[in-house]
Amino acid sequence: MKYYRSHVLIGINETSLAAGVESFIKALRAELSKTGLSDEINLLETGPLGFFGKGICLTVYPENVNYENLKEADIPELVQEHFLKGRPVARLMLDSAGKFSPKFNYKSRIVLRNSGIIDPESIDDYIGTGGYEAWEKALTKMQPKDIIEEVKESGLRGRGGAGFPAGVKWSFTAPLEAKQKYVVVNADEGEPGTFKDRLIMEGDPHQLLEGLMICARAIGATKAYIYIRGEYKLCIMRLQKAIDDCRSYGIIGENIFESGFDLDIQIKIGAGAYVCGEETAMIESLEGNRGHPRWKPPFPGVKGLWQAPTVVNNVETLANVPFIIIKGAQEYKKFGTPQCTGTKVYTILGDVAYPGLCEVDMGTTLRTIINEYAGGMKKGFKFKAALVGGAAGMFLSEKLLDVKMDLASLDQYSAVLGSGAILVMNEHQSIVDMLWSILRFFRHESCGKCSPCKTGTQQLYLLISKIKKGEGTMEDVELMQNIAEAMQQTSFCALGQSPIMAIRSAIENFRDEFIAITQK
Amino acid sequence: MYKEICVKYAPNKDNLIHILHEIQDTHPQHYISADAVKEISEYLKLPENHIYGVLTFYSMYSTTPRGKNIIRLCESPPCYIKGSYNILRKLKTLLGVGVGETTKDGVFTLELCACLGVCGNAPVMMINDDVYGDLSEEKVEDIIEKIRGRN
Repeated sequence: MKYYRSHVLIGINETSLAAGVESFIKALRAELSKTGLSDEINLLETGPLGFFGKGICLTVYPENVNYENLKEADIPELVQEHFLKGRPVARLMLDSAGKFSPKFNYKSRIVLRNSGIIDPESIDDYIGTGGYEAWEKALTKMQPKDIIEEVKESGLRGRGGAGFPAGVKWSFTAPLEAKQKYVVVNADEGEPGTFKDRLIMEGDPHQLLEGLMICARAIGATKAYIYIRGEYKLCIMRLQKAIDDCRSYGIIGENIFESGFDLDIQIKIGAGAYVCGEETAMIESLEGNRGHPRWKPPFPGVKGLWQAPTVVNNVETLANVPFIIIKGAQEYKKFGTPQCTGTKVYTILGDVAYPGLCEVDMGTTLRTIINEYAGGMKKGFKFKAALVGGAAGMFLSEKLLDVKMDLASLDQYSAVLGSGAILVMNEHQSIVDMLWSILRFFRHESCGKCSPCKTGTQQLYLLISKIKKGEGTMEDVELMQNIAEAMQQTSFCALGQSPIMAIRSAIENFRDEFIAITQK
Repeated sequence: MYKEICVKYAPNKDNLIHILHEIQDTHPQHYISADAVKEISEYLKLPENHIYGVLTFYSMYSTTPRGKNIIRLCESPPCYIKGSYNILRKLKTLLGVGVGETTKDGVFTLELCACLGVCGNAPVMMINDDVYGDLSEEKVEDIIEKIRGRN
C-alpha cells in the first residue's frame, strides 16, 4: 500500500458541484503533479465533510484543517504554502483564527462511520471497511427470527419522526403468509431544515442498501423500493450506481450467496409533495396515484403496497441495522440512553458559528450539540430559540437547552425529536415571523383529502398573517391554538396533526412576543 | 412522439410518475401537454382524469408551457429566515416577471418551492438540476447573467 503524507478530502455535494468542484479537482491534481507531490498527497473525493462551508470545501488530514469557498486561483498558494511547506493558509480556512475545527467524533458514529472518509461511489471502498459482512451474516448464518430478535433487543426506534421500534414493526410483517412482501425505504425527506437522509445517502449509499437487504431478509420480502425525492439528483445517481454495483457483484439478485434468497431493489422518484413522507401517502404515490394518505388500520405492515404486507422504514433507521447485526444488540445499547438507544444524526443550522452535520449519542443535550459540534453561537449573536424537528417540530427556549435529546426525555416536556433538524434562531429574529413561514408551508402542503387539515391550514395561515401584520388580538392567538388542537384530534394523517406543535410551543415559550405584536 | 418515452417503461400504473418526469424533462418547454396526457392514457390504459389528477397533485409538474430554465427558489422556514424574500424581490426585478411567470424571451420561469434539503447553504434555489446556495443579491445577478449568456 502506498503511504501518503497527507490526505485531502474533498466534499462532492450539490453546492460544491455548482461551484465547479470537478474542474477544481482537475486543476488541483495538475498542480500537485507539477510540484511533484502526487505521491505524497492523497486526494479523495468523498461525501459530506461534516460542516456546511460555502462552495468548494476541503479537509486536510492529519492536521484536520478545513477550507471553504476555494477558487481555482487559490490552488497555487494552497499547494505551495500548505501541501509543500506545511503552513495552512489562514485566509482560506473555515475559521481563520484556527481555533475551531469541527468535532468529527468518529469513535461514536454508527450511521456516518464512513461518511466523509470513503468514496461513496466505490463499492470496494465500502467493502474495505467491513461492508456487506452483516448482510452475509444475516443471510447465511441467521434465521429471519434471529434478525428480528436482535433488532428488537437493540431498542432501535424509527428515525423518521414517530419513533416506533423497528424490530417490533418487522415482527408484525414477518409471520404473515403472502405471495409477495415489500420493503419501502422512506427517502422522501421533505421536512424543512432536515436533510440528514440526503447526507447519509450521499456519503455512504451502500450502508443504507445493506440495512435494507437485512430488513428484506428478516420479513421475507424479495422486492424493495427506495422512494426518493425528485430533487435529490445526486443521491439518486449515487444510489443507482450502488444498486448496479451490488447487482454485478452478486450481492443482490437471484439466489444470493447461494442461500436461495432473491432480492431486487428499485428506485422510485417523487415529484414534490411533502405529504408523501407519510407512509400510506407514499404507498399511494408508489402505485402511481395522488399522494393521499390511507386509513389506518390496516397498517402497511399488513396491507401496504398493492395490498401486500409492506415495511416502510426511514433511511437513518435502516442505516443503523448493519452495525446491530455485526456487533450485536448489546454493543449497540452502549450508545444512547437505556430508554432510547443508539445515536442520532442532526443537521444544525441557523445562527451557530459553524452549521453542520453530526452524529451523537441519543440523550446528548441541545447545549452540547450547539457548543461542541457547531462552535456555539455565531459571533455577536445570542441564543433565542431552536426550532427542533422542522415545521412539524417545536420551538425550544433557553430553559430547555439542558434537556436530554432523546425520544423518552423530550416526551416528558411534550417535545419531539422529529427528524433531527435543529434550526437556531438569534435574539433579533421574530418567532411570529417564523411561525408565519411554518404555517404558510403547511397550507401549501396540505393534500386536501380531509377537511380539518384543508380548511384548518388555510385558517391558521390567515390568522398568523393578520397577527404578523400587527392587526391581530390575543383572541386570534388563542383561536389559532384552538383550531390547531381540533386539527390534531380530527385530521386524517400526521400532516394536519402537526401544526399544533409549533403553535403551542411558540405561544407557551414566547408569549410576550405575541402580546407585544397584538398590542401594537 | 411521446410514445417513444412511454415504451421505455412497462405499461403499469406505477410507472406513471417516472413517465411524467421524463416527458416533462425532455420537452423544450418543460411541461406536459394535453397531447402527452392522451398518449400516456392510451399507453397505460388509464383514464385521462387519473393522469390529470396525478399531474396537478405534485408540485414538480406543469400543465402549461414554461421557460427553458426553471428557477425554483425555496421559501421554507430555513431559507425564509435567511432572507429568501430579498432574493425573490431581486429575481423579480432582474427577470421582470412574477412568481409562476415566464420571461418574454422564454429563457426563464420563476417558481417558489418547498424545502430542497440544502438548508446548510440557505437561501437556496435550483435552476433545472443545479443547486445554487448561499445566495446573495449580487450572486443571483451573476448566475442569471451567466445563464442568459448561454442562451
